Amino acid sequence: MKEEVRLMKGNEAIAHAAVRYGCDGYFGYPITPQSEVLETLEELMPWETTGMVVLQAESEVAAINMVYGGAASGKAVMTSSSSPGVSLKQEGISYIAAASLPALILNVMRGGPGLGTIQPSQADYFQAVKGGGHGDYHLIVLAPSTVQEMVDFVGLGFDLAFKYRNPSMILADGIVGQMMEKVVLPEQRPRRTDEEVRKQCPWAADGRKDGRKRNVITSLELESSRMEVINHELQARYREIEKNETRWEEIGVEDADYLLIAFGSIARICAKAQEMAAEKGIKVGIVRPITLWPFPTDAIRKAAEGKKGILVVELNAGQMIEDVRLAVHDSLPVEHFGRMGGIIPSPDEVLEALEQKIINK
Amino acid sequence: MKEEIIIAGFGGQGVLSMGKILAYSGLMDDKEVTWMPSYGPEQRGGTANVTVILSDEKISSPVLDRYDVVIALNQQSLDKFAPKVKEGGMLIYDTNGIHKHPERKDIKVYPIDAMEATLELGNSKAYNMVVMGALLEAMEYKLPMENVIKGLKKSLPERHHKLIPLNQQAIEKGRALI
Repeated sequence: MKEEVRLMKGNEAIAHAAVRYGCDGYFGYPITPQSEVLETLEELMPWETTGMVVLQAESEVAAINMVYGGAASGKAVMTSSSSPGVSLKQEGISYIAAASLPALILNVMRGGPGLGTIQPSQADYFQAVKGGGHGDYHLIVLAPSTVQEMVDFVGLGFDLAFKYRNPSMILADGIVGQMMEKVVLPEQRPRRTDEEVRKQCPWAADGRKDGRKRNVITSLELESSRMEVINHELQARYREIEKNETRWEEIGVEDADYLLIAFGSIARICAKAQEMAAEKGIKVGIVRPITLWPFPTDAIRKAAEGKKGILVVELNAGQMIEDVRLAVHDSLPVEHFGRMGGIIPSPDEVLEALEQKIINK
Repeated sequence: MKEEIIIAGFGGQGVLSMGKILAYSGLMDDKEVTWMPSYGPEQRGGTANVTVILSDEKISSPVLDRYDVVIALNQQSLDKFAPKVKEGGMLIYDTNGIHKHPERKDIKVYPIDAMEATLELGNSKAYNMVVMGALLEAMEYKLPMENVIKGLKKSLPERHHKLIPLNQQAIEKGRALI
């Protein structure tokens, strides 16, 4: 059968991909620029086909706690929101991470801080990558740059979440959420049966039908020595994820004199700037971190070898640049170019910034 | 082949849906496409614009600063985007309500009266397809009409498919304006 190519917004694509993956439940609350996720799910009515639950909760806090409950019973569950809404979810996210549960969270970032604007932004990098909620935990953070990646990362996000019993986040921006492009959806997978869930998730609190030992899901442990053990277990898992799951893309890095480093849609604006630079005889390479945590530290260190400078381009005041600097230390100049509040830089602006801040400095 | 196009006008003029039909038509013609709207409050009045890129090759940035084709449907959009047409590119604008006309000599300029053509059709909702007709006629890339019809079918909900002949008529009307 020939794959059907469709034209879709990133947000719509997320909804289709969730149903196709065999997701068990979506719990959300509308907020621009990602309301199409819930809208599309309501339109698809998966409860009549795959049996997937779609629920508009009374608030973001309720939605993330519904995810906590669903995940505790071994179900593939997800939520989505945008920046201010994701801030509201942080307590729940920390609990889910502490309780070692798989879940998928989508953040389609808008300009902040505060309620900010509804236009695209990447200012939640720190929140997604460094914590957001309290405590020593990490999310697996995936940054899509195309609508196709929005689709692919639903499957990848769930797969990694179940593999490591750790929540995944898709950290998208308003551009990739709102734009339409070609997309190929995966085949429809059936939702897992109760037996399959039990087999995959022996830890799940799904009712003791077979008289097995009690499964307790909690993030509370008042005995410090036991809590430290839990922390060590989490950290060991994070090291494992760092070792196995770091992902990035390189474009024209080998022959380049300069590097542009960017994530999400902004990497595509950089790719256009790269084309324009080539016309002027300036050799620019691009490194696009795909997993923001774990961060491709080694890859960036290697890519930077022999280069004359790096410009980190982000829709924020300079967040990922800190991780880039940690990767390369002071071996070469690293500067930042960013727009904020929902303004998107043009490829011309990126090239101009590279010339001013790095090349002609 | 690569066409970098921006369509800009008032919210409610059908700017976003015209972009969508154009993008779908490109898809039906086996092109790579991106459709990037200015979203949000613009849709409820004020200005709205959409960037559509049609290309034989993979598209890098969906957001641009210079365009092969600018379609401006009010003065504000004309002022903002006329300077952003690439040298040798093309500007199509609706002359209704325009008091300050573009002066650039290094681009092709097509002033059109799409409003009057739409009124002749007797359905004001067909306005954006009249504009689309002008674009299809003027654009260097010749999008086959059969693929435009397929694009219309893909982008309109089935209950509106009865309007396809009207849309087709509007496109032809628009072509005649160039």
